[in-house]
Order: sequence, then structure tokens, then C-alpha cells
Amino acid sequence: MLQKMYDWIDERIDITPIWRDIADHEVPEHVNPAHHFSAFVYCFGGLTFFVVVIQILSGMFLTMYYVPDIENAWKSVYYLQTQVAHGQIVRGMHHWGASVVIVMLLLHTLRVFFQGAYKKPRELNWMVGVLLFFVMLGLGFTGYLLPWDNKAYFATEVGLNIAGQVPLIGDWLITLLGGHPEIIGAQTLTRFFAIHVFFLPAALFALLAVHFILIRRQGISGPL
Amino acid sequence: MSDKKKQVTRRQFLNYTLTGVGGFMAAGMLISPLRMAIDPVLQPSGDGDFANVGLSVDDITTEPQPVEWEVEQVDAWYKSDVTRKAFVFKNDQDEIVALSPKCTHLGCMVSWEGSESHPDQFYCPCHDGRFTKDGTNVEGTPPLEPLHVYEHKVENGMLFLGKAYPRGEA
Repeated sequence: MLQKMYDWIDERIDITPIWRDIADHEVPEHVNPAHHFSAFVYCFGGLTFFVVVIQILSGMFLTMYYVPDIENAWKSVYYLQTQVAHGQIVRGMHHWGASVVIVMLLLHTLRVFFQGAYKKPRELNWMVGVLLFFVMLGLGFTGYLLPWDNKAYFATEVGLNIAGQVPLIGDWLITLLGGHPEIIGAQTLTRFFAIHVFFLPAALFALLAVHFILIRRQGISGPL
Repeated sequence: MSDKKKQVTRRQFLNYTLTGVGGFMAAGMLISPLRMAIDPVLQPSGDGDFANVGLSVDDITTEPQPVEWEVEQVDAWYKSDVTRKAFVFKNDQDEIVALSPKCTHLGCMVSWEGSESHPDQFYCPCHDGRFTKDGTNVEGTPPLEPLHVYEHKVENGMLFLGKAYPRGEA
């Protein structure tokens, strides 16, 4: 049945080369944990991506209940946590995933660093990776405010004050990020929400695409 | 002997295993979000509490009169007082009838004698839907079923209204 449906489509628009191009490529022996168990270190990049997928999925579903408004944000999260079936689990996935993704990302970075895999000709991909790291930290920072509880509020207070330490443009940066020079409030929450669910994910997708295209173009770096 | 049996090739075996494990992982990731998403569909519809609408039974006439009352509405994390409306009158058998003003066509609000050309009828301004005094939809106008009827009870001479149901179900 599935095979027939696939054949019907393939006969008309020839999709086999497309997915072959994406999925069908050789994994060199030195990165295959089945050959050398120590090759598991090569998994961290993929694991980072796997957790990112979980974050995107759980995040999409969370916005069904969450409202980025100072009157209702906390209440909607509380409702989701206490009244909605499996709400606690989905928010838990997003909450813990946010930490796990940073851990995986750091392990991936350490592997690339200590193996010297960033060296010529892969410098560009290292730079893209560093940008991805910043985007991920930004997602963590902006997402932290959204439950609008005390921890969220004061973490943002501290975070915005750190941004204010930037020479020359500090004060301007606080207003740009927080929406107001002094108040962390209505405008801060909507801004952080917009950055968290639209701007940074867009940047994340674009950078991830470049990251993956480059790794496929250049291949995995050789054995040590 | 085994040559005659249908052999599972190594490739097939790997395909099945990988698809199975992959499907299991995908299901594990999706099951909770999906359950959470469909949660509103699975909530039981609550029976409405009866509310005093502030109308003495003695004041109910054979002429439909509009009554308004407030009920507390709980919308997930948001509680508010919303206004409900009904047209109340006594029918020919001297029974109290409370009709919902919500047009059964597409949900606009009807009013009693809302159109000068159709006295003694409920009229909906959106698409010229009409209902007779007992709530029956007038044939040839858009609504396809009668106005819904509030369940009612009388306590201490005051009228209490509950939820509106399609006629015949209340």
C-alpha cells in the first residue's frame, strides 16, 4: 500500500533522487560507534539537533495555552500545569530540554574543538556554530521570562542589567530589549515572547540549514 | 529446507527494526503534546447552574419580554461576569417559556418584533431570519430549527433560568 503510493508519486515527480541526496550517504568507519565505541563523541551534534526538534514540537504545542500578557501569563502557565492533561509533561519537556540542549551543544563544541575539526577548510562552519550557540543562549534567556514568576522576573532584571554594561550603547540596548528604560513589564514580556517564538527560531533554522549544508559539502573531518 | 521459506533479508530486518524504533521514539515525543492539544475536546460539558434572573413570576405576561442577568463564566484561567439574555412569556397553556435570543441560523441576536413588517415574530437582522412567538422558525427564512429553550424553575415566586437546549431536548 505505502509502496504503491510512493511509486505513484515517484513515477510522476521522481522524488527518489531528492531523498537519496539527503539521507543516503556513507558513514565513515571512524565516526561509527559500532566500529570504535569511542566514536560516540560524534553523536553530540545529532543529539543537539534531536533535542532542538523536541523543543520546537513542545514549544508549538505550549503556545496553544500560553498568553504573553502580564495579567494572564502566569495564570495560563498555572492552568496548563494543573488543569490540562499532560500539560505538565509537555512543559516539562520544554523546560528540561532547554537545559539538555545547552549541555549537548557544549559537548559537541568540545569535541570539535579538541579534535581540531574546526581547522581549514571548516572555519566557516565553526563560525556558524558559534552563531548558533549565541542564538541558543538567546532562546534560553528570552524563554526564561515567559512564565512570569519571581524567578523569571529577577533573572531578566539581572540579564538586562548585564546588557546595560555594554559600553556606549548599554542604556539603548536595555530599552531595545526590554521595551522600556526602567520597567520590566508588559512590553518586556511581549518582546521576549516575539523574540523567543519568531525571531530567534527563524535565525536558528537559517543557521542550522547552513550548518548542515556545509557539513554535507565538506564531509566529516578525517580520523585523528 | 529454509530455502523454500520466505526469508527476511538482512536489509529488510534492519529496515523493520529501524522503522520500529524510530516510530516508537516519534510516538514518545508526540503522544503528550497531542493529548494536551485535544484536552478541550475531551472535557465534559458542564450543566449550567440556575440563576435568579430578577423577574417575579407575577410579572410574566403573554407578551415576550427581554430579561438580562449575569452569570460567572470560567474560561480556563479567565473568570468574568457575562450577560445572558432571554425572552420570557406565558404560552397558551399558561406555562412559562424562556427562549434564547440566539438565532439558530448563524448565532446573531434576535429581537421580539424587531422588524416593523413582521409584528408578533422574532426577527434576526443579520439574514432576515424569523421565528413565531413560540420560537418556531418561519419557513422560507434562513433558520432551520426553532429557537432554543432555557430550562427554568420557580423559587419563592422568582424565575430561575439554567442552560438553553434545542427544543424537545430540554
